[in-house]
Amino acid sequence: MLLIYCPYCEEERPELEFRHAGEAHIARPENIAGISDEAFERYFFIRSNPKGIAYERWRHIHGCARFFNAARDTVSDRFLATYRTGEPKPRLEGEGQ
Amino acid sequence: MVEAARRTSPLEGRAFRGHGIVLAPAAPASRLSLRAAEEALPALSKALGLSLPRRPKTSAAEGGRAALWLGPDEWLVIDEQGADLPALAAGVSALHSAVDISHRNTAILVSGKRAEEVLAAGCPQDLCEARFPVGAASRTVFGKAEIVLWRTGKTVFRVECWRSFSDYVFSLLEKAARETM
Ligand SMILES: [Zn+2]
Repeated sequence: MLLIYCPYCEEERPELEFRHAGEAHIARPENIAGISDEAFERYFFIRSNPKGIAYERWRHIHGCARFFNAARDTVSDRFLATYRTGEPKPRLEGEGQ
Repeated sequence: MVEAARRTSPLEGRAFRGHGIVLAPAAPASRLSLRAAEEALPALSKALGLSLPRRPKTSAAEGGRAALWLGPDEWLVIDEQGADLPALAAGVSALHSAVDISHRNTAILVSGKRAEEVLAAGCPQDLCEARFPVGAASRTVFGKAEIVLWRTGKTVFRVECWRSFSDYVFSLLEKAARETM
């Protein structure tokens, strides 16, 4: 079974306790009622879907219940790093770059 | 005269005793779902008479009452004497949320030398003593149900689950207990 390191539980836990929660680092527009339809589309629907390193939100839903962020290689399915919500993207080298 | 509602255990009469394993419903208890930030913890700890644990996967127990760390700002408090836990928390003015979940949950006691093995049939966590020592507590899954698992002794675990899932959890534990015999 895939093990995922939860930055709040501070240990690796089985994937069955987690749920994927979409792309990370997408800021909600501050004036969401005032933006154009095109800007709303970009914010709401358009995702980067990269081949290689993807930054994603995950939730330890059946554990501490916290959302956190993860850098995962979409080719190898390997988790390269997980970090707490609010922390900057980690600088990653090598695999998936 | 209207007869007062009588609450019965969803696991009334259920029990299993096999080679090296005993499954039994736990006695009724009062329970609190507690959410609070760091600043409120000293006052809440004092009111509840135990030190709310700050470390992941740990618990604190004091005379039949226990607080299990579930998340960075979340605890499950269990009192086996049925104390009025919300009343205790109500005396604390620091911001917190305390919800009485005494009747949402029920618990199953899993004990015996094969306890780890039987739980491993449905729980994906590493339950060996080195990784899940006595006193360890965690929200996790058992089969398709979410549970809170608490190791109260070397070969004793308490499985807290929602009342409506308890038949499923007990049945799966029993199946595992029979199959691994
Ligand atoms: Zn966690």
